[in-house]
Amino acid sequence: MKFTIDWLKEHLDTDADLDTIVETLNRIGHEVASVENAGEKLADFRIAKVISAEKHPNADKLQLLKVDTGEGDPVQVVCGAPNARAGMVGVFAAPGMYVPGIDVTLGAAKIRDVESFGMMCSERELEISEEHDGVIDLPDDAPVGEKYAQWAGLDDPAIDIEVTPNRQDCMGVRGIARDLAAAGLGRQKTLVEAYEPAGAQPVDSTNGSNGQRIEVQPVEGEGEPSIEIRTDDPEGCPAFFGRTVAGITNGASPAWMQKRLRAIGQKPISALVDITNFVMIDLGRPLHVYDRKKLGEALFARRAEDGETLVALNGKSYRLTPEMTVIADENASHDIGGIMGGEETGVQDDTTDIVIECAWFDPARISRTGQQLGLMSDARVRFERGVDPAFLQDGITIATLLVQALCGGKPSATVKAGSPPVPEKSVAYDPQLCATLGGLSVPSDKQCATLEALGFTVRGEGPFAVTVPSWRRDIDGAPDLVEEVLRIEGLDAIPSVPLTRAEGVATPTASAEQKRERKVRRAAAARGLNEAVTWSFISEAEAAVSGDAPWVLANPISEDMKVMRTSMIPGLAAAAKRNRDLGASTVRLFEVGRRYLADGEHPTLGLILAGRNGARHWQDEDTGFDAFDAKAEAMALLAAAGAPTDKLQLFGDASGIYHPGRSGRLCLGPKNTLAEFGELHPATLKALDLDGPAMAAEIYLDAIPMPRASSHMRPAYAPPGQQSVTRDFAFLLDADAPAGDLLHAVKGSDKQLIVDARIFDVFTGEGVEDGKKSVAIEVTLQPIDKSFTEEELKAISDKVVKAAEKVGGELRD
Amino acid sequence: MTIEQQKPDLDTLKRDLFAAMDVATSLDALDAVRVHALGKKGVVTELLKTLGGMTAEDRKTEGPKINGLRREIAAAIDAKKTELETEQLEARLASETIDLSLPARETLQGSIHPVSQVMDELAEIFADLGFAVATGPEIEDDWHNFSALNIPESHPARADHDTFYFQPSPLQGRGKSREAAKGEGEDGDTPTPNPSPSGEGEKRMLLRTHTSPVQIRTMMSQKPPIRIIAPGRTYRSDSDATHTPMFHQIEGLVIDKGIHMGHLKWTLETFLKAFFERDDVVLRLRPSYFPFTEPSAEVDVGYSIDDNGQQVIGGSDRWMEVLGSGMVNRKVIEACDLDPDEWQGFAFGTGIDRLAMLKYGMNDLRPFFDGDLRWLKHYGFSALDVPTLSAGVGA
Repeated sequence: MKFTIDWLKEHLDTDADLDTIVETLNRIGHEVASVENAGEKLADFRIAKVISAEKHPNADKLQLLKVDTGEGDPVQVVCGAPNARAGMVGVFAAPGMYVPGIDVTLGAAKIRDVESFGMMCSERELEISEEHDGVIDLPDDAPVGEKYAQWAGLDDPAIDIEVTPNRQDCMGVRGIARDLAAAGLGRQKTLVEAYEPAGAQPVDSTNGSNGQRIEVQPVEGEGEPSIEIRTDDPEGCPAFFGRTVAGITNGASPAWMQKRLRAIGQKPISALVDITNFVMIDLGRPLHVYDRKKLGEALFARRAEDGETLVALNGKSYRLTPEMTVIADENASHDIGGIMGGEETGVQDDTTDIVIECAWFDPARISRTGQQLGLMSDARVRFERGVDPAFLQDGITIATLLVQALCGGKPSATVKAGSPPVPEKSVAYDPQLCATLGGLSVPSDKQCATLEALGFTVRGEGPFAVTVPSWRRDIDGAPDLVEEVLRIEGLDAIPSVPLTRAEGVATPTASAEQKRERKVRRAAAARGLNEAVTWSFISEAEAAVSGDAPWVLANPISEDMKVMRTSMIPGLAAAAKRNRDLGASTVRLFEVGRRYLADGEHPTLGLILAGRNGARHWQDEDTGFDAFDAKAEAMALLAAAGAPTDKLQLFGDASGIYHPGRSGRLCLGPKNTLAEFGELHPATLKALDLDGPAMAAEIYLDAIPMPRASSHMRPAYAPPGQQSVTRDFAFLLDADAPAGDLLHAVKGSDKQLIVDARIFDVFTGEGVEDGKKSVAIEVTLQPIDKSFTEEELKAISDKVVKAAEKVGGELRD
Repeated sequence: MTIEQQKPDLDTLKRDLFAAMDVATSLDALDAVRVHALGKKGVVTELLKTLGGMTAEDRKTEGPKINGLRREIAAAIDAKKTELETEQLEARLASETIDLSLPARETLQGSIHPVSQVMDELAEIFADLGFAVATGPEIEDDWHNFSALNIPESHPARADHDTFYFQPSPLQGRGKSREAAKGEGEDGDTPTPNPSPSGEGEKRMLLRTHTSPVQIRTMMSQKPPIRIIAPGRTYRSDSDATHTPMFHQIEGLVIDKGIHMGHLKWTLETFLKAFFERDDVVLRLRPSYFPFTEPSAEVDVGYSIDDNGQQVIGGSDRWMEVLGSGMVNRKVIEACDLDPDEWQGFAFGTGIDRLAMLKYGMNDLRPFFDGDLRWLKHYGFSALDVPTLSAGVGA
């Protein structure tokens, strides 16, 4: 919502300067987005007079002007404007000045071999308007040499505020003036004062019919309107006030009105259009004006017919539904009610008879219609927030007064079809609430004064009965009134009060899941993995790699971000690819996030290893990653997450994203998969456009059983009394048999004495028959109270061999 | 011939032995000298043996001489041995030089993403104030994301949210997540109520546009008094230099008896001072509007621009908006089946990415989600940079 200081002062009697006004607006809840002062931008532009104009010797469309700038000798200016002529007064820019509309700092230039020392400016060049057909043509008596902006009244700072959605009343300058007055910045003028120049007269009684509160004497008008006005959709359009005005002359609006509109970035169009825009911005009251002659016998609100189309004033065609309200005559609809008028029946320069519409539309209906049509307008913004339902009478009176003043014509009587809902809201308000909810003690008489300044009526003592003004649709409870008092007092006045806190050191609050997530994240980083955060949504093609994605966005921002990931891998692979493309030789990325499955969201750690295994180094051979690197990460991170890694089973059937022979699932029982890891399937790499090989793993954090809460106490430490001994065994195993099973069997062959077993060699080739492999295992034995005898060692050895045989392991000689 | 003449002259013997030692350039040669002199049949050993056949008188004079010679020779051999060993060691060491200008193997350095780091920092600060961390689903239903927060269907505020909605899908089940199945109820990460196949009205599924639905889930599953923060991913259909379609927010909620805006103000001041580790953090509260709070306030924090053009939090030169906040709207408390006459409290929300940018001097949001290793290494944190109160939460 944009307005200027001068405009504000039409409604606010104040001595406050710009800074005070800006500061106060921020303080009371109207965030100032910008303050623009055209006067500053145009400070150096001066009024100048063209003394003579001659044809340029070398160009047909250019002229050589001699310009009196009010200072020193006249200067020569080459000018291409068709309206430049001797005797004309305009606006001059000297060399060295910055011209905002063309973003150029002028220099002395030669144009077609003739020197030019400055330029005469158009309105567009000064960013006053889009006008560029000719240079600015000022009245003959404009003072040569004076500052243009000052003379033209452009040094009126424009303030743009962000009006919050609850404050429809401040979508008009008058409402802002009311708030500022309540905040102590002067006196809000009466509506009659503000519109005195247009002929506004005070009324005797403020109670009008149809629930209206009136301040301005209505214009009676003569006779009934020449068109029947009614509402056939009392839900969507509960009230439609209208009248005709015959015999008007449209044309340009007066300079004062154009200046106001331009100052806030609105383009003046014609007197009638400008009046509707002016009243909307001045009073927050949208209006519509139709060309009477383009309408039939009746003008009424109704629900749109299904599939009906209407070409709006923006030139676009809209397809309507019965959930939308239109204003129509008996032939067609002419206005998307409360949002935008139709192109066909809009007023033109030659319009002579008009219908003025001042209606009230259901805010929810307007909001839905606007959303469905994707159509935003100044009217919609106001109607969907709920314009003052008691201001239709004054609205149409002021519109009529302005039409009469600017365009003449004879108004008819006003038809008031329907009654807008004017709620009689009264709120019981205990002024203590300001302290108990708002944290600020304000004397109740001061609270009362603030509320009254804002238009509330306050009755009673102690708990007040507060009547809400019709323009404050947002107020419906005592906390709202606390907010009104607080914002006028200023929230900075609220003293900070510490929350109570438990005595002593703060109690830990993190849940077991949270602690686990933090731990596994830092474990991954400690292992040299870099944490990434990638999008939760991926493309359908990426999702296809990891199976069906149940969650598909109806309105994705792009096809690349359409479905919720069911795997962490595609996003990480895409990041890996980007890094590889940027020249990274080694990529080790991980992410802790969620996978989005049909049954819910699952916290997961995903990781990818691509490129060279470690930086190139003179001591190392250059190798890539292999599936064991992925397994190492998976095992280490499972351990960090508290998974019972010694109880995990390996299954070879990881999901299809992986190479079938080089991947696995780590499980607690076949159905509870804690992690998957392996080399990515060549098809996955191809689909994700990543040069392989690449390794990946996913740890399913929510599948890991949470260890039972235990105390901090560890079991007592009992160092073994004897030194452990090791024995090496070598077994022949079928080449395709899992060595892990052999290891498991060996380890389990004597649960008391064997404390560790590890594979230290796997060999095929000379000395090992075809189809077999040799697996060498070092077994660590721990004697209990005295060292092993030869017999005991032999007995253990026999157990090991026997256990190995059960899984197909044959002791090598 | 006299006996004296038969006996070797000790001086000559000594001179000969020292001469032999001098020419011994290896430990082996030196050992040969030792054997020749002090071995079982060494010349000095033989001399010592002659002492037994001497008269007591002779022994008295010869004994010390011969023994003296033995000690002298033994000491000289030891000294020579040490010398030779040193020489030998030095020769070996001289041959064992390596080029230590060659680089050593590097251990790959991992890193923590700034968003995670800041989340940990916030959790640490708020834990000290007695706030737990709450979570909720990112795939939400309309009711939790909007209606329960006093944002009905036609509310203009909805238009500001640029919501991502989901296509109805037969795949979307009614099952419960593992957490929910374990009885963690509303606090779990499963959307409830479960999506209806048509997904219309309040059950329509969407990506949460803010972390505020966690307020609702917490109030419905926990009895007051409540103090929580809820950090997490949020989504809006918005993409430009300062907006990404996915971003991170943190929500704070306190529900108790007698909580008012003064408590809110203190909490925000305290948290921002602790987070930025500056005592000169100045807040400016401006009245604003959020459907789920009443009264509502936007919070600006004072900052200045340093010589490098970086925004530095502190002081009150300039103001930037960092937070939305307010007293929880009675309608929201009622929607969660709590009595607003008994319980009241405050809520606030802010962007985690934004906090990270302000604290650590990043000026662009977009690289947060690129996974670019160069950026991750530049702005990331060591695994060991665990935020603690005693060391300060800033890494």
